[in-house]
Amino acid sequence: MIRRVLPHGLGRGLLTRRPGTRRGGFSLDWDGKVSEIKKKIKSILPGTPCDVLPDTSHLPPEHSDVVIVGGGVLGLSVAYWLKKLENRQGGMQVLVVERDHTYSQASTGLSVGGICQQFSLPENIQLSLFSASFLRNINEYLAVTDAPPLDLQFNPSGYLLLASEKDAAAMESNVKVQKQEGAKVCLMSPDQLRNKFPWINTEGVALASYGMENEGWFDPWCLLHGLRQKLASMGVSFCQGEVTRFVTSSQCMLTTDDEMVTLKSIHEVHVKMDHSLEYQPVECAIVINAAGAWSAQIAALAGIGKGPPGTLQGTKLPVEPRKEEEPDPANLEVDHDFFQEKVWPHLALRVPAFETLKVQTAWAGYYDYNTFDQNGVVGPHPLVVNMYFATGFSGHGLQQAPGVGRAVAEMILEGSFQTIDLSPFLFNRFYLGEKTQENNIM
Amino acid sequence: MAAPWVSLRLVAPMLNGTRGIHRLGGAVVPEGNQKKERTMLQFLTNHFYDVEALRGYLFQREMSKVHLKNRSFTWLEEQHGPYSAGAFFILKQGGAVKFRDKEWIRPDKYGHFSPEFWNFREVPVEAVDASDCEINYEGLDNLLLLKELQSLSLQRCPHVDDWCLSRLYPLADSLQELSLAGCPRVSERGLACLHHLQNLRRLDISDLPAVSNPGLTQILVEEMLPNCQVVGVDWAEGLKLGPEEQPQDTASPVPA
Repeated sequence: MIRRVLPHGLGRGLLTRRPGTRRGGFSLDWDGKVSEIKKKIKSILPGTPCDVLPDTSHLPPEHSDVVIVGGGVLGLSVAYWLKKLENRQGGMQVLVVERDHTYSQASTGLSVGGICQQFSLPENIQLSLFSASFLRNINEYLAVTDAPPLDLQFNPSGYLLLASEKDAAAMESNVKVQKQEGAKVCLMSPDQLRNKFPWINTEGVALASYGMENEGWFDPWCLLHGLRQKLASMGVSFCQGEVTRFVTSSQCMLTTDDEMVTLKSIHEVHVKMDHSLEYQPVECAIVINAAGAWSAQIAALAGIGKGPPGTLQGTKLPVEPRKEEEPDPANLEVDHDFFQEKVWPHLALRVPAFETLKVQTAWAGYYDYNTFDQNGVVGPHPLVVNMYFATGFSGHGLQQAPGVGRAVAEMILEGSFQTIDLSPFLFNRFYLGEKTQENNIM
Repeated sequence: MAAPWVSLRLVAPMLNGTRGIHRLGGAVVPEGNQKKERTMLQFLTNHFYDVEALRGYLFQREMSKVHLKNRSFTWLEEQHGPYSAGAFFILKQGGAVKFRDKEWIRPDKYGHFSPEFWNFREVPVEAVDASDCEINYEGLDNLLLLKELQSLSLQRCPHVDDWCLSRLYPLADSLQELSLAGCPRVSERGLACLHHLQNLRRLDISDLPAVSNPGLTQILVEEMLPNCQVVGVDWAEGLKLGPEEQPQDTASPVPA
């Protein structure tokens, strides 16, 4: 009796849970359930990789508000000021794409690291002055909790420029502009020069200008490292990869003169990983071209310069990795003869003690040389509306990076330059043919 | 940044020994406890955004305190003349000033000082003792108002660094005595730009922790300023390896 009752009771209990099954069928289900449970436990326990989703930790994120192409000092400076000047904390997602994480060919690391205010354009002077104050207070700007303070190893010796008789007037007017902008530069006559620096041969020198303050050289690697550290703490993502494609969308619009203009805007950046064909399309709102010596290639990817020459569409970005007289830029091999033939004679003439000079080591680096007027390109492109330039500084990039970064960030966030007006450095000048050139090229 | 609450890294290392306001009681915290506090704080900082943000905010507050101390007093120049304006700045910082033919004016332990110097419109300041003051680059704006300064002492100033030294050249005509002893941020690169101060007769560069080779630096500074007596380091310091301190010759075979 009891034997018949118990299974009956159990059966009813099971049946109330699962009304669909037959009375005698629960044993088969139980076996199935057990094997399912065993499979689940096996997959959850550590030791077996749960490969439900593929691993994408080496790829950049799929969305980013701003993509900065180029992780040198200019790109990092733009990223820093974007995060610093944004209105809401965490409001902007910034991604910095750098092709070479060792920075082996980047102009930043190979730079001498000099800073100087002796320019003829007031904008250049203001940029250098701001950069000097940024570097002076670098431990306040780039402070990261628990990180040791940065030591830039700044050497505050000034730059001395010598002018012959025919350049003396230009030098005097330059110094006047520099003093007006607030740079501490003084003019010296040949006698004062001999007094101060008895080891200089003042033959042929009519006038000299000497920077008293805020000029010298510092360690660019330290600045780079400090910026990277601070950006990582501010939430900027870094990615090692190469930008291979921009996906743009165009819009035809009529100007006030009833001309058709095609405005493009980049909405996706394809970042290709090193040593593989894998790429990640990153959706973005703004792209910043801070690729230094290779900026022209990035601009060409966005279609800048693809058009009949002479038109705005056909105006290329005139930035090249070279400089006129200097040796072949195909690689970074040092041409020792260049020093012997071109540089040493001048040195030995000016400083007789250098006649017995011997070169111990030498290294080479690229200039992002602007072939048009040797000054930087800053600001948006008129046709590709969301590409901003911060490149082409032809040897001054490092010393003007903080100021330029701030200017580009202001342009993006506010729509116009707020502190230093860099309108003479906009892209339009290449099409209009207006050169913003320095009087004295260093 | 490395120690709780106070930005000890940017302030002179000597403050490590003094008592921070947040330490318990009057006892100096032993080294072991300091280390534990530091790693606990670092652990919290690495794991909680709030702690990191709080520490960042406290650090910025310390910085703005220093900036406030070094704000510009040049607006006082029109009313009271440059010498009184500069003297007021130094006295506010906690330093002492000496006008020509007058006695030293020092603030007492509460920071109060006598207002008699406001009357000295035409009397130049001869000597300034800014030891242990928090003067930085911006504050030098006010110090450089004192055009006929003859003696300047910046001993143990925690924020005086190479940039500040490069700014001292306007005092080249009058400055005869300068003391930089114990400044933690002055290095040989900053000392190199003292070449403008050709009227200097006495320079004290002892105890500069950031200078890599004190003996060599002393020789170079003496060469740079031929008329100046450079006090500080004994240049033979680097050569002081006596016979008993000769390094052991590890290449010689051990006698069997």
